Amino acid sequence: MSKINPSKGAPYARIMGVGGYRPTRVVPNEVILQTIDSSDEWIRSRSGIATRHWASPEETVAAMSIEAAGKAIADAGLRPEQIDTVIVATVSHFKQTPAIATEIADKLGAGTPAAFDISAGCAGFGYGLTLAKGLIVEGSAEHVVVIGVERLSDLTDLHDRATAFLFGDGAGAVVVGPANEPMIGPTVWGSEGDKAETIRQTEPWTAYRDGTPEKFPAIAQEGQAVFRWAVFEMAKVAQRALDAAGIGPDDLDVFIPHQANMRIIDSMVKTLKLPESVTVARDVETTGNTSAASIPLAMERLLATGKAKSGDTALVIGFGAGLVYAATVVTLP
Amino acid sequence: MAATQEEIVAGLAEIVNEIAGIPVEDVQLDKSFTDDLDVDSLSMVEVVVAAEERFDVKIPDDDVKELKTVGDAASYIAKHQG
Repeated sequence: MSKINPSKGAPYARIMGVGGYRPTRVVPNEVILQTIDSSDEWIRSRSGIATRHWASPEETVAAMSIEAAGKAIADAGLRPEQIDTVIVATVSHFKQTPAIATEIADKLGAGTPAAFDISAGCAGFGYGLTLAKGLIVEGSAEHVVVIGVERLSDLTDLHDRATAFLFGDGAGAVVVGPANEPMIGPTVWGSEGDKAETIRQTEPWTAYRDGTPEKFPAIAQEGQAVFRWAVFEMAKVAQRALDAAGIGPDDLDVFIPHQANMRIIDSMVKTLKLPESVTVARDVETTGNTSAASIPLAMERLLATGKAKSGDTALVIGFGAGLVYAATVVTLP
Repeated sequence: MAATQEEIVAGLAEIVNEIAGIPVEDVQLDKSFTDDLDVDSLSMVEVVVAAEERFDVKIPDDDVKELKTVGDAASYIAKHQG
Protein backbone atom coordinates (compact mmCIF):
# COMPACT_ATOMS: atom_id res chain seq x y z
CA MET A 1 0.00 0.00 0.00
CA SER A 2 1.42 3.39 -1.01
CA LYS A 3 1.61 6.19 1.48
CA ILE A 4 -0.94 8.95 0.85
CA ASN A 5 -0.21 12.43 2.11
CA PRO A 6 -2.87 13.68 4.51
CA SER A 7 -4.48 17.08 3.98
CA LYS A 8 -3.32 19.77 6.36
CA GLY A 9 -5.99 21.95 7.86
CA ALA A 10 -6.04 24.93 10.19
CA PRO A 11 -6.38 24.26 13.92
CA TYR A 12 -9.72 26.10 14.07
CA ALA A 13 -12.04 28.25 11.95
CA ARG A 14 -13.72 31.63 12.37
CA ILE A 15 -16.14 33.96 10.65
CA MET A 16 -13.93 36.65 9.10
CA GLY A 17 -16.53 38.91 7.53
CA VAL A 18 -20.25 39.31 6.88
CA GLY A 19 -22.32 41.04 4.22
CA GLY A 20 -25.97 41.40 3.30
CA TYR A 21 -28.19 42.49 0.44
CA ARG A 22 -31.81 43.56 0.83
CA PRO A 23 -33.86 44.17 -2.33
CA THR A 24 -34.72 47.81 -3.06
CA ARG A 25 -38.49 47.38 -2.89
CA VAL A 26 -39.91 47.61 0.63
CA VAL A 27 -43.33 46.01 0.93
CA PRO A 28 -45.55 47.15 3.83
CA ASN A 29 -48.44 45.09 5.22
CA GLU A 30 -50.89 47.27 3.27
CA VAL A 31 -49.73 45.60 0.05
CA ILE A 32 -50.28 42.12 1.52
CA LEU A 33 -53.79 43.17 2.57
CA GLN A 34 -54.74 43.61 -1.09
CA THR A 35 -54.89 39.82 -1.46
CA ILE A 36 -55.85 38.51 2.00
CA ASP A 37 -58.66 39.34 4.41
CA SER A 38 -56.65 40.48 7.43
CA SER A 39 -55.35 43.64 9.07
CA ASP A 40 -52.05 45.34 9.77
CA GLU A 41 -52.68 44.86 13.50
CA TRP A 42 -53.37 41.12 13.08
CA ILE A 43 -50.23 40.57 10.99
CA ARG A 44 -48.06 42.47 13.47
CA SER A 45 -49.52 40.69 16.50
CA ARG A 46 -49.06 37.21 14.95
CA SER A 47 -45.64 37.75 13.39
CA GLY A 48 -44.11 41.07 14.43
CA ILE A 49 -43.59 41.80 10.73
CA ALA A 50 -44.21 45.37 9.52
CA THR A 51 -42.36 45.35 6.20
CA ARG A 52 -40.36 42.96 4.05
CA HIS A 53 -38.29 43.31 0.88
CA TRP A 54 -39.36 41.75 -2.42
CA ALA A 55 -36.87 41.32 -5.21
CA SER A 56 -37.34 42.80 -8.69
CA PRO A 57 -36.73 40.64 -11.78
CA GLU A 58 -33.19 42.03 -11.89
CA GLU A 59 -32.51 41.13 -8.25
CA THR A 60 -31.94 37.48 -9.03
CA VAL A 61 -30.64 34.84 -6.62
CA ALA A 62 -27.21 35.27 -8.24
CA ALA A 63 -27.27 39.08 -8.28
CA MET A 64 -28.25 39.34 -4.61
CA SER A 65 -25.68 36.70 -3.66
CA ILE A 66 -22.86 38.49 -5.48
CA GLU A 67 -23.69 41.76 -3.68
CA ALA A 68 -23.79 40.10 -0.24
CA ALA A 69 -20.72 37.93 -0.80
CA GLY A 70 -18.71 40.83 -2.23
CA LYS A 71 -19.40 42.82 0.94
CA ALA A 72 -18.48 39.85 3.13
CA ILE A 73 -15.18 39.34 1.29
CA ALA A 74 -14.32 43.04 1.65
CA ASP A 75 -15.35 42.94 5.33
CA ALA A 76 -12.98 39.99 5.80
CA GLY A 77 -10.14 42.04 4.29
CA LEU A 78 -9.68 39.53 1.48
CA ARG A 79 -9.58 39.68 -2.29
CA PRO A 80 -12.08 37.55 -4.27
CA GLU A 81 -9.30 35.38 -5.71
CA GLN A 82 -8.44 34.22 -2.17
CA ILE A 83 -11.82 32.44 -1.94
CA ASP A 84 -11.39 28.74 -2.67
CA THR A 85 -14.89 27.45 -1.86
CA VAL A 86 -18.39 28.87 -2.39
CA ILE A 87 -21.38 27.28 -0.68
CA VAL A 88 -24.87 28.56 -1.46
CA ALA A 89 -27.82 27.61 0.74
CA THR A 90 -31.19 28.25 -0.92
CA VAL A 91 -34.58 26.73 -1.62
CA SER A 92 -35.71 29.36 -4.12
CA HIS A 93 -33.33 29.15 -7.06
CA PHE A 94 -35.51 27.68 -9.77
CA LYS A 95 -32.90 26.28 -12.10
CA GLN A 96 -31.48 23.16 -10.54
CA THR A 97 -28.63 22.54 -12.96
CA PRO A 98 -26.00 23.80 -12.78
CA ALA A 99 -25.68 24.86 -9.16
CA ILE A 100 -25.99 28.65 -8.88
CA ALA A 101 -22.81 28.68 -6.75
CA THR A 102 -20.59 28.32 -9.83
CA GLU A 103 -21.99 31.42 -11.55
CA ILE A 104 -21.74 33.38 -8.30
CA ALA A 105 -18.13 32.27 -7.78
CA ASP A 106 -17.21 33.28 -11.33
CA LYS A 107 -18.88 36.68 -11.17
CA LEU A 108 -17.32 37.37 -7.77
CA GLY A 109 -13.93 37.04 -9.44
CA ALA A 110 -13.02 34.07 -7.30
CA GLY A 111 -11.49 32.17 -10.20
CA THR A 112 -12.12 28.44 -10.07
CA PRO A 113 -13.10 27.59 -6.50
CA ALA A 114 -15.09 24.57 -5.41
CA ALA A 115 -18.72 25.69 -5.65
CA PHE A 116 -21.98 23.96 -4.82
CA ASP A 117 -25.52 24.49 -3.52
CA ILE A 118 -27.12 22.93 -0.45
CA SER A 119 -30.77 22.56 0.49
CA ALA A 120 -31.52 22.71 4.20
CA GLY A 121 -34.42 25.16 4.38
CA CYS A 122 -34.17 27.79 7.09
CA ALA A 123 -31.25 25.87 8.64
CA GLY A 124 -29.28 26.25 5.40
CA PHE A 125 -26.91 28.87 6.75
CA GLY A 126 -25.99 26.76 9.80
CA TYR A 127 -25.46 23.72 7.61
CA GLY A 128 -23.22 25.74 5.28
CA LEU A 129 -21.28 27.24 8.17
CA THR A 130 -20.69 23.77 9.60
CA LEU A 131 -19.46 22.46 6.24
CA ALA A 132 -17.15 25.47 5.87
CA LYS A 133 -15.64 24.95 9.31
CA GLY A 134 -15.10 21.27 8.59
CA LEU A 135 -13.45 21.92 5.23
CA ILE A 136 -11.04 24.46 6.74
CA VAL A 137 -10.05 22.31 9.69
CA GLU A 138 -9.74 19.25 7.46
CA GLY A 139 -7.63 21.15 4.95
CA SER A 140 -9.63 21.12 1.70
CA ALA A 141 -10.37 24.84 1.94
CA GLU A 142 -8.82 27.99 3.39
CA HIS A 143 -11.38 30.73 2.74
CA VAL A 144 -15.00 29.70 2.26
CA VAL A 145 -17.89 31.97 1.31
CA VAL A 146 -21.19 30.75 2.77
CA ILE A 147 -24.23 32.43 1.23
CA GLY A 148 -27.85 32.15 2.37
CA VAL A 149 -30.11 33.55 -0.34
CA GLU A 150 -33.83 33.42 -1.05
CA ARG A 151 -36.50 34.86 -3.30
CA LEU A 152 -39.35 33.51 -1.19
CA SER A 153 -41.75 35.98 -2.82
CA ASP A 154 -41.66 33.54 -5.74
CA LEU A 155 -42.85 30.75 -3.42
CA THR A 156 -45.50 32.74 -1.56
CA ASP A 157 -49.23 32.14 -2.01
CA LEU A 158 -50.48 35.73 -1.74
CA HIS A 159 -54.00 34.42 -1.10
CA ASP A 160 -53.05 32.23 1.89
CA ARG A 161 -53.82 34.41 4.90
CA ALA A 162 -51.63 32.24 7.15
CA THR A 163 -48.41 32.75 5.15
CA ALA A 164 -48.85 35.61 2.65
CA PHE A 165 -47.29 38.14 5.03
CA LEU A 166 -44.42 35.99 6.28
CA PHE A 167 -41.82 35.78 3.58
CA GLY A 168 -39.22 38.13 2.17
CA ASP A 169 -36.25 38.13 -0.18
CA GLY A 170 -32.57 38.82 0.36
CA ALA A 171 -29.06 37.43 0.66
CA GLY A 172 -26.62 37.19 3.53
CA ALA A 173 -23.06 35.92 3.37
CA VAL A 174 -20.08 35.24 5.56
CA VAL A 175 -16.46 34.38 4.84
CA VAL A 176 -15.10 31.57 6.99
CA GLY A 177 -11.35 31.18 7.34
CA PRO A 178 -8.60 29.73 9.53
CA ALA A 179 -8.16 30.64 13.21
CA ASN A 180 -5.67 29.93 15.96
CA GLU A 181 -8.32 29.53 18.63
CA PRO A 182 -11.87 28.14 18.57
CA MET A 183 -14.23 30.81 17.25
CA ILE A 184 -16.97 28.53 15.95
CA GLY A 185 -18.28 26.03 18.49
CA PRO A 186 -19.55 22.49 18.02
CA THR A 187 -22.68 22.32 15.85
CA VAL A 188 -25.80 20.70 17.25
CA TRP A 189 -27.77 19.72 14.17
CA GLY A 190 -30.22 17.15 12.94
CA SER A 191 -33.41 16.37 11.09
CA GLU A 192 -36.89 15.13 11.95
CA GLY A 193 -38.13 13.66 8.71
CA ASP A 194 -41.28 12.33 10.32
CA LYS A 195 -42.39 15.99 10.37
CA ALA A 196 -41.58 16.58 6.67
CA GLU A 197 -45.11 17.77 5.93
CA THR A 198 -45.12 20.42 8.67
CA ILE A 199 -43.44 22.96 6.35
CA ARG A 200 -43.63 22.03 2.68
CA GLN A 201 -43.83 23.05 -0.93
CA THR A 202 -47.47 22.49 -1.81
CA GLU A 203 -46.78 20.44 -4.96
CA PRO A 204 -43.71 19.18 -6.83
CA TRP A 205 -42.71 21.08 -9.99
CA THR A 206 -43.61 18.05 -12.07
CA ALA A 207 -47.23 18.20 -10.87
CA TYR A 208 -47.40 21.84 -11.92
CA ARG A 209 -45.91 20.91 -15.31
CA ASP A 210 -48.57 18.23 -15.69
CA GLY A 211 -51.34 20.69 -14.94
CA THR A 212 -52.32 19.46 -11.47
CA PRO A 213 -52.68 21.81 -9.76
CA GLU A 214 -52.99 24.92 -11.89
CA LYS A 215 -51.61 27.08 -9.11
CA PHE A 216 -47.85 27.62 -8.92
CA PRO A 217 -46.39 25.74 -5.93
CA ALA A 218 -45.87 27.72 -2.73
CA ILE A 219 -44.67 27.18 0.82
CA ALA A 220 -47.36 26.04 3.23
CA GLN A 221 -47.06 25.18 6.91
CA GLU A 222 -48.93 23.96 9.97
CA GLY A 223 -48.63 27.10 12.06
CA GLN A 224 -49.29 25.74 15.54
CA ALA A 225 -47.14 22.64 15.07
CA VAL A 226 -44.27 24.75 13.71
CA PHE A 227 -44.60 27.21 16.59
CA ARG A 228 -44.51 24.45 19.22
CA TRP A 229 -41.51 22.74 17.64
CA ALA A 230 -39.63 25.97 17.01
CA VAL A 231 -40.08 27.38 20.48
CA PHE A 232 -39.87 24.39 22.75
CA GLU A 233 -37.80 21.82 20.86
CA MET A 234 -35.42 24.39 19.35
CA ALA A 235 -34.85 26.01 22.74
CA LYS A 236 -33.49 22.61 23.84
CA VAL A 237 -31.24 22.47 20.77
CA ALA A 238 -30.02 26.01 21.45
CA GLN A 239 -29.23 25.07 25.04
CA ARG A 240 -27.31 22.00 23.85
CA ALA A 241 -25.23 24.22 21.55
CA LEU A 242 -24.43 26.54 24.45
CA ASP A 243 -23.49 23.58 26.63
CA ALA A 244 -21.35 22.03 23.88
CA ALA A 245 -19.46 25.31 23.49
CA GLY A 246 -19.08 25.69 27.25
CA ILE A 247 -20.87 29.04 27.19
CA GLY A 248 -23.07 30.01 30.13
CA PRO A 249 -25.88 32.59 30.00
CA ASP A 250 -23.59 35.32 31.34
CA ASP A 251 -20.90 34.57 28.71
CA LEU A 252 -23.34 35.16 25.86
CA ASP A 253 -23.57 38.60 24.23
CA VAL A 254 -25.88 38.04 21.27
CA PHE A 255 -28.67 35.67 20.24
CA ILE A 256 -29.36 35.37 16.50
CA PRO A 257 -32.18 32.88 15.91
CA HIS A 258 -33.57 32.27 12.43
CA GLN A 259 -35.90 35.20 11.81
CA ALA A 260 -39.08 33.18 11.32
CA ASN A 261 -41.56 35.13 13.40
CA MET A 262 -41.21 37.58 16.31
CA ARG A 263 -43.51 35.47 18.47
CA ILE A 264 -41.18 32.48 18.07
CA ILE A 265 -38.17 34.65 18.88
CA ASP A 266 -39.79 36.14 21.99
CA SER A 267 -40.95 32.74 23.26
CA MET A 268 -37.52 31.19 22.64
CA VAL A 269 -35.86 33.97 24.63
CA LYS A 270 -38.32 33.33 27.47
CA THR A 271 -37.91 29.55 27.34
CA LEU A 272 -34.09 29.82 27.26
CA LYS A 273 -34.24 32.29 30.17
CA LEU A 274 -31.68 34.52 28.47
CA PRO A 275 -30.54 37.42 30.66
CA GLU A 276 -31.55 40.91 29.56
CA SER A 277 -27.91 41.67 28.84
CA VAL A 278 -28.10 39.45 25.74
CA THR A 279 -28.81 41.38 22.53
CA VAL A 280 -31.51 39.58 20.52
CA ALA A 281 -31.77 39.88 16.72
CA ARG A 282 -35.25 41.07 15.75
CA ASP A 283 -34.60 41.76 12.09
CA VAL A 284 -37.82 39.95 11.12
CA GLU A 285 -39.79 43.15 11.78
CA THR A 286 -38.45 44.84 8.66
CA THR A 287 -37.08 41.89 6.67
CA GLY A 288 -39.71 39.17 7.09
CA ASN A 289 -38.72 35.51 7.03
CA THR A 290 -35.92 35.08 4.48
CA SER A 291 -35.19 31.43 5.30
CA ALA A 292 -31.48 30.61 4.74
CA ALA A 293 -30.61 34.31 4.43
CA SER A 294 -32.09 35.44 7.74
CA ILE A 295 -29.20 34.72 10.14
CA PRO A 296 -26.38 36.38 8.16
CA LEU A 297 -28.71 39.30 7.30
CA ALA A 298 -29.55 39.77 10.97
CA MET A 299 -25.89 39.40 11.96
CA GLU A 300 -24.85 42.03 9.42
CA ARG A 301 -27.49 44.48 10.65
CA LEU A 302 -26.62 44.03 14.34
CA LEU A 303 -22.99 44.78 13.57
CA ALA A 304 -23.77 47.66 11.18
CA THR A 305 -26.06 49.37 13.71
CA GLY A 306 -23.64 48.90 16.60
CA LYS A 307 -26.04 46.69 18.57
CA ALA A 308 -23.37 43.98 18.44
CA LYS A 309 -19.64 44.32 18.00
CA SER A 310 -16.73 42.36 16.66
CA GLY A 311 -15.57 39.78 19.20
CA ASP A 312 -19.01 39.31 20.75
CA THR A 313 -20.07 35.75 21.50
CA ALA A 314 -23.26 34.86 19.60
CA LEU A 315 -25.59 31.89 19.62
CA VAL A 316 -27.02 31.20 16.16
CA ILE A 317 -29.78 28.70 15.45
CA GLY A 318 -31.54 27.91 12.20
CA PHE A 319 -34.60 25.68 11.94
CA GLY A 320 -37.19 24.95 9.31
CA ALA A 321 -38.48 22.74 6.52
CA GLY A 322 -37.33 19.15 6.81
CA LEU A 323 -37.71 19.56 9.62
CA VAL A 324 -34.03 20.40 10.09
CA TYR A 325 -32.04 22.46 12.52
CA ALA A 326 -28.48 23.62 13.24
CA ALA A 327 -27.20 25.63 16.21
CA THR A 328 -23.74 26.78 17.20
CA VAL A 329 -21.90 29.49 19.10
CA VAL A 330 -19.66 31.85 17.13
CA THR A 331 -17.40 34.82 17.73
CA LEU A 332 -18.74 37.70 15.63
CA PRO A 333 -16.37 39.09 12.99
CA MET B 1 -52.38 11.82 42.10
CA ALA B 2 -54.69 13.04 39.37
CA ALA B 3 -55.87 16.62 39.64
CA THR B 4 -59.57 17.29 40.21
CA GLN B 5 -61.63 19.31 37.73
CA GLU B 6 -61.45 22.26 40.12
CA GLU B 7 -57.67 22.03 40.37
CA ILE B 8 -57.35 21.79 36.60
CA VAL B 9 -59.43 24.92 36.00
CA ALA B 10 -57.48 26.80 38.69
CA GLY B 11 -54.23 25.67 37.08
CA LEU B 12 -55.40 26.69 33.60
CA ALA B 13 -56.43 30.08 35.01
CA GLU B 14 -52.93 30.63 36.36
CA ILE B 15 -51.38 29.59 33.04
CA VAL B 16 -53.70 31.85 30.98
CA ASN B 17 -52.99 34.68 33.41
CA GLU B 18 -49.26 34.28 32.95
CA ILE B 19 -49.33 33.96 29.16
CA ALA B 20 -52.13 36.34 28.16
CA GLY B 21 -52.42 38.54 31.26
CA ILE B 22 -56.11 37.68 31.77
CA PRO B 23 -57.34 37.89 35.42
CA VAL B 24 -57.64 34.38 36.89
CA GLU B 25 -61.29 34.95 37.88
CA ASP B 26 -62.20 35.47 34.20
CA VAL B 27 -61.02 31.99 33.24
CA GLN B 28 -64.28 30.05 33.53
CA LEU B 29 -65.40 26.74 32.02
CA ASP B 30 -67.60 28.31 29.36
CA LYS B 31 -65.05 30.86 28.16
CA SER B 32 -63.60 30.53 24.67
CA PHE B 33 -59.83 30.88 24.59
CA THR B 34 -59.79 32.92 21.37
CA ASP B 35 -63.08 34.86 21.62
CA ASP B 36 -63.21 35.62 25.36
CA LEU B 37 -59.70 35.32 26.73
CA ASP B 38 -57.52 36.92 24.04
CA VAL B 39 -55.52 33.72 23.62
CA ASP B 40 -54.62 33.53 19.92
CA SER B 41 -53.55 30.37 18.11
CA LEU B 42 -49.86 30.82 19.01
CA SER B 43 -50.52 31.70 22.66
CA MET B 44 -52.76 28.62 22.76
CA VAL B 45 -49.70 26.52 21.97
CA GLU B 46 -47.91 28.09 24.94
CA VAL B 47 -50.95 27.40 27.17
CA VAL B 48 -51.01 23.77 25.98
CA VAL B 49 -47.30 23.20 26.60
CA ALA B 50 -47.56 24.73 30.09
CA ALA B 51 -50.61 22.56 30.81
CA GLU B 52 -48.76 19.45 29.59
CA GLU B 53 -45.98 20.07 32.09
CA ARG B 54 -48.27 20.97 34.95
CA PHE B 55 -50.72 18.10 34.57
CA ASP B 56 -48.44 15.41 33.12
CA VAL B 57 -50.49 15.04 29.96
CA LYS B 58 -49.71 14.94 26.24
CA ILE B 59 -51.85 17.10 23.97
CA PRO B 60 -50.93 16.45 20.30
CA ASP B 61 -51.17 19.30 17.77
CA ASP B 62 -54.18 17.70 16.08
CA ASP B 63 -56.10 17.74 19.36
CA VAL B 64 -55.22 21.35 20.21
CA LYS B 65 -57.63 22.58 17.53
CA GLU B 66 -60.53 20.87 19.32
CA LEU B 67 -59.92 22.72 22.58
CA LYS B 68 -62.17 25.76 22.05
CA THR B 69 -63.18 26.52 25.64
CA VAL B 70 -61.62 26.25 29.06
CA GLY B 71 -64.11 23.44 29.71
CA ASP B 72 -62.89 21.55 26.63
CA ALA B 73 -59.31 21.77 27.88
CA ALA B 74 -60.23 20.81 31.46
CA SER B 75 -62.15 17.74 30.27
CA TYR B 76 -59.32 16.71 27.94
CA ILE B 77 -56.75 17.00 30.71
CA ALA B 78 -58.95 15.14 33.22
CA LYS B 79 -59.35 12.28 30.73
CA HIS B 80 -55.72 12.04 29.61
CA GLN B 81 -53.63 12.98 32.63
CA GLY B 82 -51.01 10.48 33.73
